[in-house]
Amino acid sequence: MTFPSATLLAQSALSGVFIGSLYGLLGLGLGLTWGLLHVINLAHFAFAFLAAYLCYQLASVGGMDPLLTLAIIVPLFAALGVAVQWLLARFSVSPLNSLLATFGLAAIVEAGIQWVWTADFRKLESVYAGQKFRVGELFIPVPELMTLLAALALSFGIWAAMRYTNLGRALRALAEDAPVAAAFGINAKAHALVLAGVCGALAGIAGVCLALGFTLTPSQIYAWVGVVFAAVMLGGLGSALGPLAAGILIGVSEAVTMAFASPSWAPIVSFTLLILLLLLRPERS
Amino acid sequence: MAIGAAGAALAVVPLLHLPAFYESFLYLVFHWVVLATSWNILSGYSGYFSFGHGAFYGAGVYTTAVLAGTFDMPFLWTLPVAGVVAALLGVALGAVVFRVRSVRGELFALLTLAVTFVLATIVLNTPIDGGPGIYLSGVAVPALAPTASGTFYVLALALAVGTLAIARSIAKAPLGTGLFAIHDDEDAAEVIGVPTYRYKLVALGVSCALAGIAGGIHALFIAYVTAGSTFNITVPLTVVLMSVLGGTRHWAGPALGATAITLLLYASTAAEQAVAGKAATGAILVAAVLFMPDGILGLRWARRRRAASRPEAVADVTMVAPLAAGTVPAVVGSGTTLLSVRGLRKAFSGVQALDGVDIDVRDGEILGLLGPNGSGKSTLINVISGHYRADAGSMRFEGVEIAHWRAHRIAGAGIARTYQIPRPFAHLTVHDNVALAAMFGAAALDRRRADAAAAAWLLFTGLAHREQAYPGELNLHQTKFLELARALAAKPRLLLLDEVLSGLTPAEIDGAVDLIRRIRDQGTTIVLVEHVMRVVTELSDRIVVLDQGRVLAEGNATDVMARDDVAIAYLGVVHA
Repeated sequence: MTFPSATLLAQSALSGVFIGSLYGLLGLGLGLTWGLLHVINLAHFAFAFLAAYLCYQLASVGGMDPLLTLAIIVPLFAALGVAVQWLLARFSVSPLNSLLATFGLAAIVEAGIQWVWTADFRKLESVYAGQKFRVGELFIPVPELMTLLAALALSFGIWAAMRYTNLGRALRALAEDAPVAAAFGINAKAHALVLAGVCGALAGIAGVCLALGFTLTPSQIYAWVGVVFAAVMLGGLGSALGPLAAGILIGVSEAVTMAFASPSWAPIVSFTLLILLLLLRPERS
Repeated sequence: MAIGAAGAALAVVPLLHLPAFYESFLYLVFHWVVLATSWNILSGYSGYFSFGHGAFYGAGVYTTAVLAGTFDMPFLWTLPVAGVVAALLGVALGAVVFRVRSVRGELFALLTLAVTFVLATIVLNTPIDGGPGIYLSGVAVPALAPTASGTFYVLALALAVGTLAIARSIAKAPLGTGLFAIHDDEDAAEVIGVPTYRYKLVALGVSCALAGIAGGIHALFIAYVTAGSTFNITVPLTVVLMSVLGGTRHWAGPALGATAITLLLYASTAAEQAVAGKAATGAILVAAVLFMPDGILGLRWARRRRAASRPEAVADVTMVAPLAAGTVPAVVGSGTTLLSVRGLRKAFSGVQALDGVDIDVRDGEILGLLGPNGSGKSTLINVISGHYRADAGSMRFEGVEIAHWRAHRIAGAGIARTYQIPRPFAHLTVHDNVALAAMFGAAALDRRRADAAAAAWLLFTGLAHREQAYPGELNLHQTKFLELARALAAKPRLLLLDEVLSGLTPAEIDGAVDLIRRIRDQGTTIVLVEHVMRVVTELSDRIVVLDQGRVLAEGNATDVMARDDVAIAYLGVVHA
């Protein structure tokens, strides 16, 4: 093993922060529906990829600015999130069964993506793709920086909303004890639909970030599941800031592992962190 | 029996010299029957859904591939090794995850999913595979049938027969009963005496071993193994779908689903239909979860069959005799200390629910436990029964320290309880709810005697006519009495009754008081948490009053209730 230089290590850590912010962004929507609605939405990943492919299509074929595609993607995926939640609530699906049903939904979306865009690799060549600037010895790529900023803004925005708005307080009350909250006049169904819509939109935004920074292929949908769930578990269910913090922790650990060992060992890192958490603090989650 | 006969009939197929296509197709059916049925042993019975069956199956694939391909071990010898490797992997994972108390089901599902990708990473980065895959075309396969495809057919058939026999015998054994109880309410199952942690590990081990063996056979069937084709999402997706479609609570459900889905998937194997196949699989899974969460062999079917097959009144009451007619009461206990609690403390995120409680329960008495709301009565019951673990203090039951025991051990030692809000197992009949307690509690009866005991206790509590009902169909009064029957069937030395009378009408209360007295007259010591004052004074030999997690007063009912500090604790400060 060769010891990497300080600059290389710093650059690795920085790229870990960037990828970690995407873990956090994906985990934000996932953790909110899990913690507050007791729906474990595996389709969240499939929706993010669907959004990424849509962004790719609109930007590279339609010639739109990738950021402008948000205007179409955000409302579309918010509606998709609402629709899924409506369906799950309509049949009062249990948390474990929600995992099953959304697993099936993810497979449908994956097949749909594969049918339209084939299993070939797709990469969005946008105006932002190659842009980077230099701070001291370090290079900062623009698309990744945008992901970090989006993740920070959304996490803190949702954290503030959960704390200071009536909607946020109502949602936390519902998560704690739905029947009692309902007795105090909180409309559980409507609030759940709103939150599911927000989380759908989050999947859409994460998808655009994916499209900006990554090469897309349908089977990649599941490659993100393990690490993002690790971020959610480490960060705390239903927490707004936790997934981002945990995501960045995992991202940096992965990046440093990659700098020291081979890049292909990275998937082990999040798993190890999660197992350590469970061994050391089994009551934590 | 039927499984063996069907297996024997199918075993002659290779002798018919059918085209190899049929043997290979049937091989695939058996392959999926094994994977789905083995998955169901843990996931269907106990409700812990594993998305990592591909990982355990893949562990078997690679074990055989490496041992047979690289180390020239005879193929058939690699199969048991493949099973053991997969089982060890599963048990190691389970030993960590099953320790978690909340969201353990979800966590287990996700960790098993992650394990698939972790294994793929390890396999790709080490000499196990290294990237290009392993060719196995040179490995000798013993001729168990006239043709090569026939050999795989026979192997898969034998494994399928074995797997179904194992799944069936587990479903009928205490292990299966315990797993079904875990599915409905794991904490209540543990308190009744089911060793939940061990049962889950055993089920997971068996499940993984069978998947590993199936993987080992499949490695040679496909003859070229790659990480990408082994560790992917198809295996878990397909087995979950098959089991949910067929019905996860019946041992034959997954096999039925596996046959149906395999026919569907392989009926058309053209490449462009693979995508459509994946979409169809997903769509069927969504539809099955929404419209048919119990599967084809769902509850309705199982219940009808059970009601038809069980002869009425098998109850051999004399065998257990919960109360012999004309029992003479008053030969009650020795008066020695049965349970001695010292300095018991329990806090919940800052709230000190028990703040150093000292209580003695004497053999044969009815001890009334009183106190205002939030005084720690229910917490005390929860700690004694092992539902919660004490932060500090000692609990000696019949002289043995039990404070650090798991709940199922405490139940086995002879302590049973009821829950203030009844927690019956929703998917088990009233009869099975009670029989379960007889099997796992201090009584520890075998299935046949437990059935008889259940019938007797349901007669005792007046629920005999609802024996085949599900708990959801009972009214409050009946549900409370079911809770009581379940606690009694465990044959406890000490019975903890947590507000068993709340919400009942005065007439129902009279019946219950009579019942409780008869329970004590058989020699069972009772701790009674109750708000209905009349009941407490009527029944209790002694009462203990708790306030803010401490013992405030102790003595006979009239004396204690006359004390000023007790009145203040209940009613607030007396203003002159």
